[in-house]
Amino acid sequence: MKEKAYILGENDIDRIIRRISHEILEKNKGPENLIFIGLQKRGVPLSKRIAGNIEKFEGIKIKTGKLDITFYRDDIGHNIKPVAQITDISFDIDEKNIVLVDDVLYTGRTIRAAMDALIDFGRPKSIQLVVLIDRGHRELPIRADYVGKNLPTSHNESVEVKLKETDGIDSVTVIERE
Amino acid sequence: MLRKKSIVDVDSLKLEDIELVLANADSFLEISGRDVKKVPILRGKTIANLFFEPSTRTKTSFEIAAKRLSADIINFSSSTSSVVKGESIIDTLKTILSMKVDMIVMRHSDSGAVKIVDSFVEVPVVNAGDGKNQHPTQALLDLYTIKKVFGKFKGLKVAIVGDFINSRVAGSNISLFKKMGIKVTIVSPTILLPEDFSKMDVRHCIDDVIEESDIIYVLRMQFERQNRKFYPSVMEYNQFLSLDMKRLRRMKPGSIVMHPGPVNRGIEITDEVMEIGGKLKEKIVIEQQVTYGVAIRMALIYLILG
Repeated sequence: MKEKAYILGENDIDRIIRRISHEILEKNKGPENLIFIGLQKRGVPLSKRIAGNIEKFEGIKIKTGKLDITFYRDDIGHNIKPVAQITDISFDIDEKNIVLVDDVLYTGRTIRAAMDALIDFGRPKSIQLVVLIDRGHRELPIRADYVGKNLPTSHNESVEVKLKETDGIDSVTVIERE
Repeated sequence: MLRKKSIVDVDSLKLEDIELVLANADSFLEISGRDVKKVPILRGKTIANLFFEPSTRTKTSFEIAAKRLSADIINFSSSTSSVVKGESIIDTLKTILSMKVDMIVMRHSDSGAVKIVDSFVEVPVVNAGDGKNQHPTQALLDLYTIKKVFGKFKGLKVAIVGDFINSRVAGSNISLFKKMGIKVTIVSPTILLPEDFSKMDVRHCIDDVIEESDIIYVLRMQFERQNRKFYPSVMEYNQFLSLDMKRLRRMKPGSIVMHPGPVNRGIEITDEVMEIGGKLKEKIVIEQQVTYGVAIRMALIYLILG
């Protein structure tokens, strides 16, 4: 494993989050009926940052939740299982506009699983998707509504996102597997 | 992932396996609290619930756990099967395995029966209680209950009270509690103790431990396993071993009462204690044990088959 390129730092990520927060408000014509759900693990702090921005811009309280998709994966038996993180959606999502937030969009399989999981909780009016990085290589017909940065990569590279809440610093780097 | 896929006894479980099961249980507890109490992860897997001895709660608990993971579970009880027609266990197993099951959950009245079956079949086997030997999933759910209440194990004092000679719960719980650093005291009359308990910290009356224990773990008096009468009278049992209101009030703040169920009311625990309301009710965590049992069994099945 070696670091190939440093893509984003703290200020870059901050600007992206603010821009996306505005885009979400613009597209949804305001913050009413919006709920943010972060995918474990790094989607969670990202969703909280966006919700925090919108609370600041609009002066209203925004609901946020956490979702772990381990039990909805389609690669059972293929992977070493990580310990499942907590899912916390302690409110009604019926007829709400849900904004799913994740750090990296790659094959699209995580998002497929997340949509299946969400629908077990209710029937949202819509589901929108925010990702910090879109690295391509989709295997399912899924796209993000809000993208922080498009980052073309090859399969033997991986994108490493670090966030203050989980890793102590804000950064995005491309790592090459040897 | 559990390295040893079968769970026959608690002694062969490694510390990291135990911690993995406990760490995953919280997520499964959350699933049981949803409106839609089901996740698709084990779709298409088949589990056989083989109960060669009657059971309600353990069997139901495994059944609910499997269903919440979307696995199919088939129930097989000896009273409704060919076992009553004289079919041997091995033949019964061959029949079940020919139907391509992915995992077996088994209870049997003979100690060691599950271990023999495990060595005979290729699919993972989970012991749901074998004779007087072990009941590992009960021990794990009890450990999880303790974790939820105290948030730690080391330094806690548990007094296990009752019939040790006939109890498989005692067998696996003592061993698992000790493994996790919990200090175990045995409370039992000599007549209800196996011979190999001489090295344990043994008391003969519940009054000796009631004030200092964090956990009073009351065992079920196993009348169904007593071919000869081990204990002279219920009155004598009440005098030395039962949990009554007087004793409950003497327990220290924050301490709890556990029982694997089903409770013989009026013998191990009085009716009054079972029906208690108010502040002292928080001490009785018997119902939580059942709820946590489903989460623990979901975690085990997921880690074995997932």
